[in-house]
Amino acid sequence: MIHSLFLINHSGDIFLEKHWKSVIGRSVCDYFFEAKEKAVQPENVPPVLQTPHHYLISVYRDKLFFLSVVQTEVPPLFVIEFLHRVADTVQDYFGECSEGVIKDNVVTVYELLEEMLDNGFPLATESNVLKEMIRPPTILRSVVNTLTGGSNVGDTLPTGQLSSIPWRRAGVKYTNNEAYFDVIEEIDAILDKSGTTVFAEIQGVIEACVRLTGMPDLTLSFMNPRLLDDMSFHPCVRFKRWESERILSFIPPDGNFTLMTYHVSSQNVVALPVYVKQNISFLETGSCGRLDITIGPKQTMGKTVEGLTVTVHMPKTVLSANLTATQGNYTYNLATKVLVWDIGKLNPQKLPNLRGSLSLQAGAPRPEENPALDITLKIQQLAISGLKVSRLDMYGEKYKPFKGVKYLTKAGKFQVRT
Amino acid sequence: MSASSAFNDEKGGSSSVGEPEYGHDPASGGIFSSDYKRHDDLKEMLDSNKDSLKLEAMKRIVAMIARGKNASDLFPAVVKNVACKNIEVKKLVYVYLVRYAEEQQDLALLSISTFQRGLKDPNQLIRASALRVLSSIRVTIIVPIMMLAIKEAASDMSPYVRKTAAHAIPKLYSLDPEQKDQLIEVIEKLLADKTTLVAGSVVMAFEEVCPERIDLIHKNYRKLCNLLIDVEEWGQVVIINMLTRYARTQFLNPNINDDDDEDDKEKKAEAATLAKRKPYVMDPDHRLLLRNTKPLLQSRNAAVVMAVAQLYFHLAPKAEIGVIAKALVRLLRSHSEVQYVVLQNVATMTIKRRGMFEPYLKSFYIRSTDPTQIKVLKLEVLTNLANETNISTILREFQTYIKSMDKDFVAATIQAIGRCATNIGEVRDTCLNGLVQLLSNRDELVVAESVVVIKKLLQMQPEKHSDIIKHMAKLTDNIQVPMARASILWLIGEYCEHVPKIAPDVLRKMAKSFTNEEDIVKLQIINLSAKLYLTNSKQTKLLTQYVLNLAKYDQNYDIRDRARFIRQLIVPTEKSGALSKYAKKLFLALKPAPVLESPFKDRDHFQLGSLSHLLNAKAGGYQELPDWPEAAPDPSVRNVEVKESVRAVGTVTYRDTGALWGLPGPQTMEGSEGCSQLDSASGSESGSGSEESGSGSESDESEEGSESEQESEEDKEEDKKKKKKELKKPVRESERLIILHLLLCRQTITPCSASKSYELLHRITGEGLSVEYCFSRQPFSPDGNMVAVQVQFNNSAASETKNLHMEDVKLQCGMRVKEFPEIGEWWGEAATAVMGIDFCDSTQAANFQLCTHTKKFFVSIQPPVGELMRPVFLTENEFKKEQGQLMGMNEITERLTLDAKCRNEHTIVQRVTTAANLSRVPCGSDKECRFAGRTVTSGSLVLVSVVTKEEGAAQLTVNCEKMVIGTMLVKDILLALTQ
Repeated sequence: MIHSLFLINHSGDIFLEKHWKSVIGRSVCDYFFEAKEKAVQPENVPPVLQTPHHYLISVYRDKLFFLSVVQTEVPPLFVIEFLHRVADTVQDYFGECSEGVIKDNVVTVYELLEEMLDNGFPLATESNVLKEMIRPPTILRSVVNTLTGGSNVGDTLPTGQLSSIPWRRAGVKYTNNEAYFDVIEEIDAILDKSGTTVFAEIQGVIEACVRLTGMPDLTLSFMNPRLLDDMSFHPCVRFKRWESERILSFIPPDGNFTLMTYHVSSQNVVALPVYVKQNISFLETGSCGRLDITIGPKQTMGKTVEGLTVTVHMPKTVLSANLTATQGNYTYNLATKVLVWDIGKLNPQKLPNLRGSLSLQAGAPRPEENPALDITLKIQQLAISGLKVSRLDMYGEKYKPFKGVKYLTKAGKFQVRT
Repeated sequence: MSASSAFNDEKGGSSSVGEPEYGHDPASGGIFSSDYKRHDDLKEMLDSNKDSLKLEAMKRIVAMIARGKNASDLFPAVVKNVACKNIEVKKLVYVYLVRYAEEQQDLALLSISTFQRGLKDPNQLIRASALRVLSSIRVTIIVPIMMLAIKEAASDMSPYVRKTAAHAIPKLYSLDPEQKDQLIEVIEKLLADKTTLVAGSVVMAFEEVCPERIDLIHKNYRKLCNLLIDVEEWGQVVIINMLTRYARTQFLNPNINDDDDEDDKEKKAEAATLAKRKPYVMDPDHRLLLRNTKPLLQSRNAAVVMAVAQLYFHLAPKAEIGVIAKALVRLLRSHSEVQYVVLQNVATMTIKRRGMFEPYLKSFYIRSTDPTQIKVLKLEVLTNLANETNISTILREFQTYIKSMDKDFVAATIQAIGRCATNIGEVRDTCLNGLVQLLSNRDELVVAESVVVIKKLLQMQPEKHSDIIKHMAKLTDNIQVPMARASILWLIGEYCEHVPKIAPDVLRKMAKSFTNEEDIVKLQIINLSAKLYLTNSKQTKLLTQYVLNLAKYDQNYDIRDRARFIRQLIVPTEKSGALSKYAKKLFLALKPAPVLESPFKDRDHFQLGSLSHLLNAKAGGYQELPDWPEAAPDPSVRNVEVKESVRAVGTVTYRDTGALWGLPGPQTMEGSEGCSQLDSASGSESGSGSEESGSGSESDESEEGSESEQESEEDKEEDKKKKKKELKKPVRESERLIILHLLLCRQTITPCSASKSYELLHRITGEGLSVEYCFSRQPFSPDGNMVAVQVQFNNSAASETKNLHMEDVKLQCGMRVKEFPEIGEWWGEAATAVMGIDFCDSTQAANFQLCTHTKKFFVSIQPPVGELMRPVFLTENEFKKEQGQLMGMNEITERLTLDAKCRNEHTIVQRVTTAANLSRVPCGSDKECRFAGRTVTSGSLVLVSVVTKEEGAAQLTVNCEKMVIGTMLVKDILLALTQ
């Protein structure tokens, strides 16, 4: 299965290596560097590479490459999923997944990797089990450790691994018992030049933050579960009850976790919260172009659209942009040729507009294609699909927990072609 | 004091962490000078007797290892600390040992005894971790010790230790492949393990050590299928992949009758004739696999989803494959690496089964921000999905792609258009026109790619498109890309008869620029001249001579060669042989149009989702996916001896369970543990088995039955049919008995005789003898405390069976059995006998041997809780009074929603009395149904009432002195009322 792991930073330095079987020399990464060189953009590096004796499977996360070396047949997704799980665990432990953080906590990361795989086969990937064995650092503990020379290795034996519900440890205690759920929906859409929808769909995810004492058994039900077309669940959710009653019944992990992801039935027409009027043109002569973008509210269900930004990947020949925005600021990055217009709140009375001219490299031919616009936005307290949680019940424990549900709509991959 | 010194060390340590950047790359040198010194102080710290110093040293050493620096010279100093009391130090020493033991084998041996001691520790976690480290030390000399440790751990009480043993197997195998035979024995043993914890790991070991020993799986197949949902994610992937291979060897192709592959029509005809002879019936085990894997499509783990998808693709009937499309499309929302792998597999799937992805066409639309490799793969999928109905939408999409800034992607799009045009005749002209427009594109790469594609398209019907050829001829002035020029020249030469006026002119221009052209263009100029010479020698004779002369002195010898060859062929001289007569046929033969094919065609001979499939090349250790067998191998190999099969299903603990939440306390959540209090002796499996199905059914058919009740409609029907079949015979046989029974116990108004029969011995295991039993619900006359069990024997074997009797009855304490009298000989098919069992008011099984004159079979009878009681007659007042006395702990109340078909009084009564042997108690209200009974052994009262409310809501109350009986009865009645 997974033989070795190398962590490689953006500029191509290997800053951590771990071998689960015999040691493989770093030179194996040269094949990867070659491919990286060829790909120019880090996203374009093929995730699976074949070398004479090994296979290299890598993922690119948070500006880091997680490169694993494999010697024999193994499902590539198995490895990719695991590598992402490593990145998730680092994120979970230290709050972010970056070269600096990993270097600062190199021993802890190494121990984590040791526990996650045994002989290349995943052993403990549940963060709950890992946290029992290797405690995540907290400010208090790091101070204590500095003073006493202690470490983060758990001194109790991890019992979670033995349980039939490995995602929850026994003996959880809180003084404030609370269970919060965030229903977050993302709109994926492609609009064409004239503003008509080529493709739109809604993807949702329910993130949970559950801090409850003991072994609570929760059920979460929806007002309109029929909306949900396709979903994936955290292992704690009981399939059978969902299938028969459309109720999420589960013993939750302790802390933050993703309860489910879903896809809203494609029969429903997706209500797009904004419309975009744009006109980007490059003149045949004179090496300059015009840009004019206006955004207005469409179906916002009476809520305000916030965090609105427009990102444009300009053609390589665009040298600079001379624009004026009626609201918000714009920046044009000369190196990456990315124009970002940060609008903020959308005011329906006074629609934000960005217009002005673009100057092109002299003598270069007119760009063939107009650049596409990527839109991001946020709407608080609204699930655009109309999904509503009807109730949350707890069984198995006596106390009354605080409960809460928040809704949020975001733009996912929202693209306007021009 | 110690704290302050540690603090200083810590500081020293952290500053040293910051500084050694040069150590990142061993090639940069400079390690030695600084490291020697530092290693000395590390050694000192390790030798000290303070744990804090040791810990600090170990941390720094592990940090060095993590950065890839060499710390092997510290081995002696570190290994001394292997027995250190401090658990943190110990862990880090283990980390070090595993990394360096291979290099320092002799010294590593010093640590072995510590681990051997650890293997005997009373704590299971310490035993496991000792085994883990011991097996990770790659030192050949300890192979016998490892072997011993693994064997011992494989029969450890703790499933966690057994799991670790399974992990150790491939480690030992890679160290010494000669241990294979012994390891297979251990694998065989662990495969029989019934816990979810072990299942994934042992299958992984199986795959690495002996994937060819498919015979080891037979007996465990059903168990693995049933456990699957509760195995951890990574184990699921391995098990599913293995079961896919297994199923390919054991079952018949479900699509044999309707395989619509165009390319093997003959096969189809053959298959059709075959099908006429034998209609396809899916093996129930094959169905079991498909059914149990399906819910995993909803896993959060992409690898699991992909594994199930490939299983369905390779094993499911065509009509059922569709379900995987939705799940795979969902994965396209995931990380780009996941998308990349999924799209590769979708591309392969769309070639064979286009239909299932058609509804998701739009999900494959391309965004300008997608990485190039994803774009190209999506394009591939879109092309595969194109058909007459959606081609216009797809072409419109392609039009936007052509304008993309990513030129590689544009080139791929043009090729895709070409493929659409060849596959779908209706749009060929539209595509051609579009491509011709592209010829005026400013980007040369785009034009070149278009020319190449147009060339291929024109070859299909050249006569209709002479104007396009003319248009392209004009382009020779502008296009500089050699491949495109060559393509145009070839086209003109090939179809010079369609453009008789232009062709010689093009040749003239080309002759002029001949010397400056690229080699491939030169070759095509020679070709063109030769073809023109043959068709229109009057105009082109001189030109041809000129070109051939130029070519004669070219630098490239291929071109000189070609010129010489062509001159001999086409220019008639006295020396020229017979060949020149056929020159025209040689050059102007009709050439077949090229087939534009997907690169993903036929990739599905690799198992989907595998690395080999992705690379389209066999990776090391890849196991071929076998072809379906012509005839199914014997299905009985999967039958398991009754005792063993008790009951994999029972261990389906968490995710499968339905309404568990009503039971108080956290323990019940753990399924099997929760009810193991019922029977401590026989292990949790059988206890939960009874809970799960509420029957004692061990056989495969009824296992199938009880499960599929919760499944989809179609399964239900199938199941019903089966049940009917099962029912018919015993009913007929027992008719007489029932009448008698009704006469005898008039006062106990038995509303329903539970004639549901259970299998005791399957026909195949019994070698022709099949035995079923049912609870006749009549009082067992020899002993009132016993439950009457009516056993029915059927002999379908050729040989006769004599002297049927029971032997070796094994019971839990307190239980008694009244055996049935020996059946000497019987004629005809069936025989019945009645036996009595005193179950002591528990659902534990009665195990015994069923003996004939030649054979013995282990069987067991397990009663559903509802059969442990007999009806009593109470008046309404009596009922209320008794109920009042059985409050508190003895009362269990459940809310439920009645099944839609079960909302009237009659069906409620019927269902309750079928589930449990109770009698109806009269009641004033028509909203309430009451039932009463007493347990057979102790005579405790059992009171049940069902109060119905609005819209199918209802409340079920059970009062019983025996809480265990009460709890189980609630479950059974709930099940009966809600399904």
